[in-house]
Amino acid sequence: MNIILQTENLTKLFSTVLAVDSLSFGLEQGTITALLGGNGAGKTTTLSMLLGLLEPSSGSINLFGQDFIKNRYSVLGRMNFSSPYVDLPQRLTVRENLTVYAKLYGVKNVRERIALVGEEFRLSELLDRRVRKLSSGQKTRVSLAKAMINRPDFLLLDEPTASLDPDTTAWIRDFLMKYRDEQGATILFASHDMREVELLCDEVLLMRRGKLVEKGSPEELLRKHDRDNLEQVFLDVSRDGGSS
Amino acid sequence: MNIGSSFGRITALILRYLYLLRSSWPRIIEIAYWPTMQMVIWGFVSQHFSSSSPELTAGGILISVVLVWDCLFRSHISYTLSFLEELWSRNLGNLFVSPLRPNELIAALASISMMRTLIGMLPAALLAIPFFNVSVFDMGLPLLGFFLNLVLTGWAISQFVTGILIRYGLGAESLTWVLPFLIAPFSCIYYPLSTLPQWMQSVAVFVPTTYVFEGMRALLIDGIFRADLMLQAVALNFAFLTFGLFAFFISFQAARRHGLLLQSGE
Repeated sequence: MNIILQTENLTKLFSTVLAVDSLSFGLEQGTITALLGGNGAGKTTTLSMLLGLLEPSSGSINLFGQDFIKNRYSVLGRMNFSSPYVDLPQRLTVRENLTVYAKLYGVKNVRERIALVGEEFRLSELLDRRVRKLSSGQKTRVSLAKAMINRPDFLLLDEPTASLDPDTTAWIRDFLMKYRDEQGATILFASHDMREVELLCDEVLLMRRGKLVEKGSPEELLRKHDRDNLEQVFLDVSRDGGSS
Repeated sequence: MNIGSSFGRITALILRYLYLLRSSWPRIIEIAYWPTMQMVIWGFVSQHFSSSSPELTAGGILISVVLVWDCLFRSHISYTLSFLEELWSRNLGNLFVSPLRPNELIAALASISMMRTLIGMLPAALLAIPFFNVSVFDMGLPLLGFFLNLVLTGWAISQFVTGILIRYGLGAESLTWVLPFLIAPFSCIYYPLSTLPQWMQSVAVFVPTTYVFEGMRALLIDGIFRADLMLQAVALNFAFLTFGLFAFFISFQAARRHGLLLQSGE
């Protein structure tokens, strides 16, 4: 078992609001984990801290054996991130955006890499189109292509299949599982799509009011709560506060 | 920090701004449009005064100071607008989850600012020669000193403004246009320092651009290069840049503490 990420008592206090409260969890290499919780549960705050965009109030983040809070630049090149709520420059073409990010991440053979992710994300025909002219589903695929440009060992995704049609959603799901299996990559994603979580995830982290209230595989959580699907578990935990 | 990797990230970002520039030909024309218009208008004003008040226009001083002052404004605007592009496109989050460091962002913004300033100012300076028989290049090497000093002042203001933008968001956007003009009255662009009332002179002596324009007047009117004025401008610019960088990094840290980097935008 190779733990690539370990947080200990990770806490974020905004003035008087405790957004994340003593969060401790680990992620194994080569696993897909969902970070679930209702609005204001602390998912985005947690992701922001794991990305180095937000300074924790206290606690520690150990990533790839490094103290991430002190040395984030030494590991940021091995990570990447995609969110439908963070845009790529709209006036640039898909190819230009991918070129810039490939160079920012120090990718070798940029042209070949862009051609490859273009094929992988069904973007080959769109590479020379400006991002602003793409549909929201196409933009999500471009954002995912950007997130894969450096073949990250640790991928953080915020609602990766938002605004995608069912066919593309299923395709993205298969792609992420294949990527995990072939690359041994670790994926952490926030989602509200419980069906997707059941199909995709090895483990689920459920947050409520900044605290981690449940942790386990989808099967374990279903058994524990004696429920048929994760949505019911989610509702149980969100309303009652879970078991811990 | 690996210098090669750092250079690669800086060039990646410069490439991003060049792509942006290339994507819109009106933007490229606009860069040279305003300095050229300034030069034309002030060229005619200068011609008008040359007969009634020749001391105002001796040595092409009026056109020269207008062009050189515009270097400060262009360098500041080019730097800050490139940063604003990241806020407008809500791209700051993507940039700062990459290995890009804030000092590399500053280096890229300064580089693109220098390119855009030269693209904007060179046509205006060259056109002033056939139109009004004024060549700023006749100043020789000191012109480079005046130019670099004004560009540095522009960057110092930009660092302060981008710090405020990163901390307070687009609500503070108007500072981009307002702030350079705050130092204009103290800079003694069109008049000597002695023209200012005493209290303004007390402030003006702490503004680097004052020494640039006093130095230009000494060179163009009296034919003397004042190295002391140039050195005072450099020293004050060093202080301004230090303050600008300090303001930027303090604001960046505050933005990281308050979680503003992911939310930046409209």
